[in-house]
Amino acid sequence: MAGTSPRTLFDKVWDSHVVEKLPDGTCVLYIDRHLTHEVTSPQAFEGLRLAGRKVRRPDLTIAVVDHNIPTSDRSAGISEPESRLQVETLEKNVAEFGVPYFPVNDRRQGIVHIIGPEQGISLPGMTIVCGDSHTSTHGAMGALAFGIGTSEVEHVLATQTLLQKPAKNMLVRVDGTLPPGCTGKDIVLAIIGRIGTAGGTGHVIEYAGEAIRALDMAGRMTVCNMSIEAGARAGMIAPDEVTFEYVRGKPYAPKGEALDRAIAYWRTLPSDAGAHYDRVVEIDATSIVPMVTWGTNPEAVAPITGTVPDPASEPDEAKRAQMQRMLEYMALTPGQKLADVPIDVVFIGSCTNGRIEDIRAAARVAQGRKVAPGVRALVVPGSGIVKQQAEAEGLDRILLDAGFEWREAGCSMCLGMNPDKLTPGQRCASTSNRNFEGRQGPGGRTHLLSPAMAAAAAVTGHLADVRELS
Amino acid sequence: MDAFTTLTAVAAPLPLANVDTDKIIPARFLKTIKRTGLGVHLFDTLRYDETGAERPDFVLNKEPYRHAQILIAHENFGCGSSREHAPWALLDFGIRCVIAPDFADIFHNNCFKNGILPIRLPRAICDQLIDDAKLGGNARITVDLQRQVVVRPNGEEIAFEIDEFRRHSLLEGLDDIGQTLQHAPAIDAYEARQKAQRAWMPTIT
Ligand code: SF4
Repeated sequence: MAGTSPRTLFDKVWDSHVVEKLPDGTCVLYIDRHLTHEVTSPQAFEGLRLAGRKVRRPDLTIAVVDHNIPTSDRSAGISEPESRLQVETLEKNVAEFGVPYFPVNDRRQGIVHIIGPEQGISLPGMTIVCGDSHTSTHGAMGALAFGIGTSEVEHVLATQTLLQKPAKNMLVRVDGTLPPGCTGKDIVLAIIGRIGTAGGTGHVIEYAGEAIRALDMAGRMTVCNMSIEAGARAGMIAPDEVTFEYVRGKPYAPKGEALDRAIAYWRTLPSDAGAHYDRVVEIDATSIVPMVTWGTNPEAVAPITGTVPDPASEPDEAKRAQMQRMLEYMALTPGQKLADVPIDVVFIGSCTNGRIEDIRAAARVAQGRKVAPGVRALVVPGSGIVKQQAEAEGLDRILLDAGFEWREAGCSMCLGMNPDKLTPGQRCASTSNRNFEGRQGPGGRTHLLSPAMAAAAAVTGHLADVRELS
Repeated sequence: MDAFTTLTAVAAPLPLANVDTDKIIPARFLKTIKRTGLGVHLFDTLRYDETGAERPDFVLNKEPYRHAQILIAHENFGCGSSREHAPWALLDFGIRCVIAPDFADIFHNNCFKNGILPIRLPRAICDQLIDDAKLGGNARITVDLQRQVVVRPNGEEIAFEIDEFRRHSLLEGLDDIGQTLQHAPAIDAYEARQKAQRAWMPTIT
């Protein structure tokens, strides 16, 4: 293992966190950062309490509320009793176990995967976990970051480790220059369209190549975020100057001489030449077109210039039946032009696309335009810090003037757990990551796309090619 | 966690691919602070119509599948979110074993933590078992974890693979945390090493 043979980024981060290797190959893996939120932690803390256990390293743990909270005015508290109970339970637990916490009225509050990198809590070379599948987001820092279930949340709280076996290595190389109008979101949707929703199962995907290197940290986080939508355990991008620049000055990041030493170490992390990957996929960035999903999983995706596919042309019977069901649920007809599909709601936000760069992209499209009549368009910053930054740049004014709603930070309409929900039959252009049936509310229909494309849908009233709006 | 040794039970056929965790338990039911009581919402949108009435054609609404303890499905079962509410809902309904060609990683992991045995078998065999399951109440399937075989109603045995550590934990009903805490000295030593070698690593206070 840790010898002379060339290793991948994943191998290096993994090897440096193995506390002990058990005879069957299962490892006790040390966890550097544990992020927790109100939905997947109550039963874990309860488990600790019942067993009389403590949190081993509260100083490596951070808690925040994001899934359940309303994104409208919060001064009156949470009216929905079950959501309120989950938030109150988290508050009781963090107080009892001494876990650092960003409460709802803290300006640092936000979606757990936005605040980690933003605060410098998530750093290169770390192992990072959270009871949430989109923990893969933090892999953009050059960390090994993955989602865990509640039993594992309890396991990390009690031991600061997990019992794991190493994943397989997969390389997705995206070469060439991304065309104008395309973003990290379009890259990752194109990847999932190619390899499928189970294409990465059992693997950690390392994203590399010219088009990935050219992305800013926000774009890299968008790509890694959706690794789980390709079935991968995690996504990672080797840390480079862009990463180090991003880390510099973040509240919890090392400073001064400590940062220099950290960077010297982080420079050793990128994969060695000749390192082995179990699977390699190559994507030509120059061929990518702004993407939009038409079905009810992220693999059901097509370029905005395309049409709704025809199940009749699918040879596999089970797949054909699944496509038919998707089209029925989505109320789309084969051959229909995607750019003609009218929408009711636009949601710009989530841990996929709720960063300042995403809001800037939406505002650029919204500037001087109006949300189409009958369309409800929400912009939900990923954190209080993102919100503050956007307001300092005047983006809130641009969006409000165009008729968008400007809301408080949280998961919002990404999932139907808080007051922001689709009603049955409503069709939404969404910058989130999942278009499963009912994900944004029972009976809701979701089209996944980039923030610029979502804004284009808002101002035209239908799915639209943002490149035609400039 | 309850141990899992052998199980002979009714199996419910669910020949669907990509059964995601939002399908197994929609997000609106995740507002609980308990592990139990989620069984009534298992597969909520497939199981109930808009008025909350049972959809008579959904498998778990039919006899004998209301009492199924085994579920057989197609590829990529449990994809999507990390919510352990998915295995909790299955368990609360009474499901102790899921058989499919493959599973999403986190869901697969979560099953073991709750005494549910996920078994990977090739698609063709899953389809055979689905046909067996469709025979109804007298067609019981046996899952023997000790011998690592699934026994079809006609007596044919199908071997399956499972990670040895997980097999042992399930057979004994062992709690992972208890097992890991036996390695506490190694964890202490790791932390001491890390403190010396990566002194730059900040804590959160
Ligand atoms: S924004 Fe959506 S995907 Fe991200 S953590 Fe919140 S609910 Fe999950």
